[in-house]
Amino acid sequence: MAQDTSFHHGDAPADVAPILEMRDIEKHFGNIIALAGVSFDVRPGECHCLLGDNGAGKSTFIKTMSGVHKPTIGTITIGGKPMNFASPREAMEAGIATVFQDLAMIPLMSVSRNFFMGREPTTGSGPFKRLDVDRMNDITMTHMREMGINLRAPDQAVGTLSGGERQTVAIARAVYFGAKVLILDEPTSALGVRQTSNVLATIDRVRKQGVGVVFISHNVRHALAVGDRFTVLNRGKTLGTAARGEISPDELQDMMAGGQEMAQLEGSLGGTV
Amino acid sequence: MVDVAQADQDERLKKESFGTRLLRRPELGAMAGLVLVTAFFLYTADSAMFTLSGIINFMTPAAQLGILAIGAAMLMIGGEFDLSIGSMVAFAGLIFGACVVTMGLPLVIAIPITLVVAGAIGAFNGSVVLKTGLPSFIVTLAFLFILRGASLVGLKLASDGSTQLRGVREAVGNDWLAPLFAGDAFGPLFLWLGERGWIETFNNGTPKVTGIPVEILWFIALTAVATYVLLRTPFGNWIFAAGGDRNAASNSGVPVRRVKISLFMFAACCGALVAIITVMDTGSTDARRGFMKEFEAIIAAVIGGCLLTGGYGSAIGAFFGAIIFGMVTIGLTYTNFDQDWFQVFLGGMLLIAVLFNNYIRKRVTGER
Repeated sequence: MAQDTSFHHGDAPADVAPILEMRDIEKHFGNIIALAGVSFDVRPGECHCLLGDNGAGKSTFIKTMSGVHKPTIGTITIGGKPMNFASPREAMEAGIATVFQDLAMIPLMSVSRNFFMGREPTTGSGPFKRLDVDRMNDITMTHMREMGINLRAPDQAVGTLSGGERQTVAIARAVYFGAKVLILDEPTSALGVRQTSNVLATIDRVRKQGVGVVFISHNVRHALAVGDRFTVLNRGKTLGTAARGEISPDELQDMMAGGQEMAQLEGSLGGTV
Repeated sequence: MVDVAQADQDERLKKESFGTRLLRRPELGAMAGLVLVTAFFLYTADSAMFTLSGIINFMTPAAQLGILAIGAAMLMIGGEFDLSIGSMVAFAGLIFGACVVTMGLPLVIAIPITLVVAGAIGAFNGSVVLKTGLPSFIVTLAFLFILRGASLVGLKLASDGSTQLRGVREAVGNDWLAPLFAGDAFGPLFLWLGERGWIETFNNGTPKVTGIPVEILWFIALTAVATYVLLRTPFGNWIFAAGGDRNAASNSGVPVRRVKISLFMFAACCGALVAIITVMDTGSTDARRGFMKEFEAIIAAVIGGCLLTGGYGSAIGAFFGAIIFGMVTIGLTYTNFDQDWFQVFLGGMLLIAVLFNNYIRKRVTGER
């Protein structure tokens, strides 16, 4: 991945105020403490990677950020204003868009209907208010072409697209609807090499538009390819945040796995993990 | 690192033929079925079946079922079932009958009361399903029995021990709303057509068909509205989304709860509408009204291309499904076949429709 350095890491000035800031977030489900005080922020135009192994609390944290869960303790501020999301819709209206692993795409529905799901443009008024189908189709075709995907027709079902293409549709959709913060949940986990590169390039393109990207992954290499800052989550807590260049891939890997044990495992595997 | 600029046309995409595109329409199966069934009866049935009076003859039960089928289809596209709409016909009939006969209310009050009661029960069904996450199948199965039983008990109370409540026609009298829900529409037009000799008449000059029964008009209007809502409004998009994948839809900001509860209410109100029309038509209500209709409505919706898993289907499909139903039920009496073949035929149609729908779903989603 030598070409990866063409990404503009660190262009986002470090003194810019964060768009989204989460302070000491705790989330309890009954007697289970899924998050035990996590702090995290994103600045405009940066890609902040949230790394963690399975069970570290990544999913819970994302869901808290995107309004699916309410934090038990802790504050969320956007542009300095405290927020209290009651639903994902409110979070979206505040500019936080989340691309979940299931992509929130419905395979049986067409690309354009998926693209505008929940935020359909209308034309006419009163009882004659109806979907603006032509506009939906136009916008979908245009944005997909910009992202490098040529649709056969806007009414093509999403089920016929590949995993990477679906990911791109989901990202394009979020950006089109004015996301200020884009949360990507393991966007590359199920993709092939070429599709992964495509998605990473899309992330870079989105970041250049001034969107703050939260990139969740357990793949250190994918994270290092685009990330500006890295935060490691382990057992519901943050183990600290490092800027690009301050930390080596090995250190990141160790922090994610919880150090000791992993070092032993890695020794027996000859450092291939 | 990435060359996003691809060739304008992906060379790996085969061009879609017109046939394949047609196959993607959910209502195609029902239309093909209707053509087949029509051909079958044109060949086997007495020619009287396809005269104007014959057509009205099978369209009337088709429309009564069809109104239920539209409700069932919308709900199925939204990913839920309602097995209680058949019993709802009996129960709403009781409410309506009690309002009109026992309490002597005018239609302008009785009809809204009936619809509100039905809607409230639909909303309750929906909230139980959504709150508990139980399958709607089992929750509404409970209401199939609850409403049927309540109709029996209620009718006995309202009519002093009988399971029938008569005298609706007398109670309604010349209510100004009655022509909307009972009798035939366009009477003068048919009289005029009869005078001109353009339609069949009896010897005394009155036309054999005195008008179009109102249920047929309701059926057509409901189909048109449902199709418009599904294909041309944001709410329609939400119905498909809620049925296709509940989580994905609600993560995208679709108010899934509201959508599904409205659909439950709509299905229940369709049941109430059928109840009002049939009670006004026959002048009485009884506890066996709408017996088994919930299954017939679901079958019509499935023949019309609705997937049992939700998220796919059409109101036009359910429209044709209901017509197939009416044609087969009534049509067999015009042939030499034993009428009881009807059920065999129905089961066969259902099986073929499900297999066909399954195949179509795989085509649409590109599954292999």
